[in-house]
Amino acid sequence: MELLTNVLAATVVAGTPLLLVALGELVCERSGVLNLGQEGMMLMGAVAGFIAAQASGSLAVGVFAAILTGIAMSMLFALMAVTLAANQYAAGLALTIFGTGLSAFVGAGFVGHSIDGFGKLAIPLLSDLPVIGKVLFTQDLLVYLSLILFVSVLLFLSRTRGGLLLRAVGESPHAANANGLKVMTVRYLAVAFGGGMAGLAGAYLSLAYTPMWTEGMTAGRGWIALALVVFASWRPERVLLGAYLFGAASILHLVLQGLGWKSSTELLAMLPYVVTILMLVLLSWHPARTRLNTPLSLGQPYRPGR
Amino acid sequence: MSMATRLRLENIVKEYPGCRANDGIDLVVEAGEIHALLGENGAGKSTLMKVIYGVVQPDEGRIIWNGHPVTVDSPARARELGIGMVFQHFSLFETLTVAENIALNLPADETRDRRQLEQRIRDVSERYGMALDPRRYVSTLSMGERQRVEIVRCLIQESTLLILDEPTSVLTPQEVRVLFQTLRQLAKEGCSILFISHKLEEVRALCDNATVLRQGRVSGDCRPAEVSATEIARLMVGDDTPISTQVGESEPGALLLSVEGLSWRTDDPFGTSLSDIRFSLREGEIVGIAGVAGNGQEELLKALSGEIRLSGHAIRFAGTAIDGLAPQERRRLGMAVVPEERLGRGAVPSMSLASNALLTASGQGLVAHGLIRYPKVRAFSREVIRRFGVRCVSEDSSAASLSGGNLQKYILGREALQNPKLLIASHPTWGVDVGSAVAIHEALVALRDQGAAILLISEDLDELYQLCNRMGALCHGRLSPLVPTAGLSIERLGQWMAGDFPQEVSDAAA
Amino acid sequence: MLLLERRPVASPVMRWASPLLALLLTVVTGFFLFLAMGRDPLAGLKFFFVTPVSDVQGLAELGLKMAPLLLCAAGLTLCYRAKLWNIGAEGHFLMGALGASIMAVQLVDAQGPWVLPLVLLAGMAAAAAWAAIAAALKTHLNCNEILTTIMLNYIALNLLLYTVHGPLKDPYGFGFPQSVMFGDSALLPALVPGTRLHLGLAFGLLAALAVWALFARSFVGFQLNVVGEDPRAAAFAGFGARRLTWFAFLVAGALAGLAGASEVTGPIGQLVPQVSPGYGYTAIIVVFLGRMHALGIVAASALLALTFLGGEMLQIAMNLPKAVTGLFQGLLLFFLLTCDAFIHYRLRWRGPATAGVRSVAPAGEA
Repeated sequence: MELLTNVLAATVVAGTPLLLVALGELVCERSGVLNLGQEGMMLMGAVAGFIAAQASGSLAVGVFAAILTGIAMSMLFALMAVTLAANQYAAGLALTIFGTGLSAFVGAGFVGHSIDGFGKLAIPLLSDLPVIGKVLFTQDLLVYLSLILFVSVLLFLSRTRGGLLLRAVGESPHAANANGLKVMTVRYLAVAFGGGMAGLAGAYLSLAYTPMWTEGMTAGRGWIALALVVFASWRPERVLLGAYLFGAASILHLVLQGLGWKSSTELLAMLPYVVTILMLVLLSWHPARTRLNTPLSLGQPYRPGR
Repeated sequence: MSMATRLRLENIVKEYPGCRANDGIDLVVEAGEIHALLGENGAGKSTLMKVIYGVVQPDEGRIIWNGHPVTVDSPARARELGIGMVFQHFSLFETLTVAENIALNLPADETRDRRQLEQRIRDVSERYGMALDPRRYVSTLSMGERQRVEIVRCLIQESTLLILDEPTSVLTPQEVRVLFQTLRQLAKEGCSILFISHKLEEVRALCDNATVLRQGRVSGDCRPAEVSATEIARLMVGDDTPISTQVGESEPGALLLSVEGLSWRTDDPFGTSLSDIRFSLREGEIVGIAGVAGNGQEELLKALSGEIRLSGHAIRFAGTAIDGLAPQERRRLGMAVVPEERLGRGAVPSMSLASNALLTASGQGLVAHGLIRYPKVRAFSREVIRRFGVRCVSEDSSAASLSGGNLQKYILGREALQNPKLLIASHPTWGVDVGSAVAIHEALVALRDQGAAILLISEDLDELYQLCNRMGALCHGRLSPLVPTAGLSIERLGQWMAGDFPQEVSDAAA
Repeated sequence: MLLLERRPVASPVMRWASPLLALLLTVVTGFFLFLAMGRDPLAGLKFFFVTPVSDVQGLAELGLKMAPLLLCAAGLTLCYRAKLWNIGAEGHFLMGALGASIMAVQLVDAQGPWVLPLVLLAGMAAAAAWAAIAAALKTHLNCNEILTTIMLNYIALNLLLYTVHGPLKDPYGFGFPQSVMFGDSALLPALVPGTRLHLGLAFGLLAALAVWALFARSFVGFQLNVVGEDPRAAAFAGFGARRLTWFAFLVAGALAGLAGASEVTGPIGQLVPQVSPGYGYTAIIVVFLGRMHALGIVAASALLALTFLGGEMLQIAMNLPKAVTGLFQGLLLFFLLTCDAFIHYRLRWRGPATAGVRSVAPAGEA
């Protein structure tokens, strides 16, 4: 029981960065924009958050810097993919390649430094609950924030006029324009939200998960999040579930080693990536359902005009 | 006349790079008037209504609304003024409900109470005889129902000018009659209606006044009920363009294509499944399939062309079952297809006309040992351009640079030059200027007279009645009987287009 | 007001001017970056762009880095022309290196002219098989190729790490994760004697030539173009998207595999964990910068090869982090895409008076 609780708690921690970045990307994709730059934005968020936190001595400043950096990166993408109507795949890839390079460059002097990251913060009363108390209510501040953000996105999409607007633009920017809805504004805001969330996810890695900076520390989480959004058929509640499943997959090797299982670290490290592919394969069993939920204009550049 | 002027346009100019879409247009619409805006494709109708609705801004000119000069800088502003618009390709969101679609166009404070909004939608739609369920998803609605959503949306906003862009092209004849009743009722209540169309008979039946556009200018005003359709047509196209095709009699020959119990299930949530399609086609005849778009036309075309491959023996061409053959293999047997969309299916927009010839004509000796024989490709392409009077700079022009009519002539010519035994054409004159439409009809008739069989899938009933030996209608993926055109009344065809035909049918031979 | 306006026709001049403009912008940005870091910008740029290739030895090193980039890029060109977003060249490359190494270790004592071809073929086959996984996932299970190829890259890397730490580890290697040195018969001959430049560059140039011929003359090349430009037209014409997907992926895999195999049998001579500094990812930039055209990718691969050398040079000469290479590459791709927008758009100055004022009087209420 003790072990299970620990494993579940670690799962939530490992799943949180995925949840954050995937929620952001979900909103972005719901507006019809596919941003493959998640990995780049996360890395920039991670390095900016780390440097800012170290320089200021404040984790809050670090988180704030990470979010702003993510938004700034996403605006570069929006300039290309939304304003200039460039190919979204190419623009996203460019963002990832750029972010990977820039973060390594900026962070080169900080490799090996460490700071005191976010600590666990037990919520009174709730943390006394069996299992759940340890798993969900004895976590760091950012985990709570991620859950609040999850609920907010869920409500935003299903309950608000803004959510309706977002879905409408994502289905058909042309129809939205004909109706006088502000397509560009909606898409910019959605991309910015995605960027902020990716930055926050990066900060979670460098300020909470492993409070330090190493080159390429996201290890493909940005890409996994992209797969996760597809797998979740653009539904926030499924993103939550998927993120924690992945969290479990990525700590499995630690668990197995803890249990005395002798196996190569390298082979076990493949697991999250293999699971991602399997997840994509699973999707092919329900092509109609996937298509039904896909924002219809996803990935297509929109050029207002005639 | 004691009517007040609702809308007056003065000298509207709108220029796009390389084209002056509106070149000094004046237009007056009175209160309670049904006013037609006529013109062939490319005459500037769409641009003008986008100017009125605030989707685009004019480069010059004044818009005077109820006597006051106004700036319509956005559709929201237009709606505020009381201008409502029903688009031809609807501006609805398929994945949202009727109520959500309407809510998006209303001010936020009017949509907070969903139940109240739904009740308003029900009230308005019932009052004008256009029953609607506000909770249904738009993707589940027929074309006619979607149009109702657009109209109801305008009425809820208390529009005093309703612009309808080619509203009848998606309706059955019966639905057209209901729409006209609604429009007349609205006009009687004082609402002005700007009715954009290229169908002269409809305009003559419905409209009080008409303004005719040609090449971005007003070529004349008239009272449609008092002049003949030919006179209006002359205003639309000028004096030197032929406006109709003479279609001679034909002698159908041997059985060429037979379809028996063709069924196919789509996995596209927005697609249509085909069920138990059966018909036959003889050499030297044109057979038409009418129907409102989205009733399985695209799927039927794909099943016949080989884009959708089936197992079984439902489709026999010259005696051989071809269900499982790929498009090129069917082409080799003598089948040719002209798809509905010219750009992005019939032709690759960014590629040259010569390259586009390679798309379907590679079997005409244009490719040897896997290598392209460019001189032959160019020669073939030039031949198509010459024989079918395609207006372009050269065979190196990109497909996208041609006008709709010229590109369609090129695509049809590309297929016709391969001497097909069977040509399947879908909406071949959709969005095409009158001159090109006549040329396309003539090319189809010429092919027929050479002994080819032609299957014509179209929404344009005039076209079908003019060209076809036999015809029927497609609805929800089911095909009505195909009967001789001469004996098929438009009322009956309308019922068939709405799906009202016997389930078990035998193909009435010509 | 400065307006962004769509051109009636795409500009062919901008299509080729865009990479040059992007390079210029990158250099200018680099200049200010050096300035911001308090370094001499001219010296910095010289160390990056000029010093590495100022002698024969340096040019040979450039060719050495060009070879894998060119091979990977040649294969990716097929994919990207068909708009198959294969990001997996890195994985193909690693599998090529792994496959060739396994074969070379088996044949470590073998002699004869057949050894090298066999080793190279093993690499190509392994990489093509790896690419086939992504192709099958795409054509049969409809999985997005971007995500699958990225995941396969991570898996390939871990597979390679596992192999050098495990089965292929040299037992007498003092515990270092590396294979034994390959036999002489399994090594690529030098192209220019006295330098490290090997036959790999010739493979790369041949591959570029083949890509040129494919797209200039062959019907398959035309079909790949149509699938990329307009998949619906391709389906209408009956160009089998599945068949073409397989073709593009297998060629991309085999060529990137050859690159990986050439790397371990060329300059390295054994399997090590750091066999690629990210050639497969950089090759993506090469393809975009080279306009998916054979001649273009040759030039672009030379430029990006230089970024690897320049990064090393700056590390030595100015004590800058090696990551400057990645930064430079990222900037280049970013500016390229921005400049590419002007193939389809142009900027036009439009005075506010022409549109707004003349056309309409103040709004009046109805």
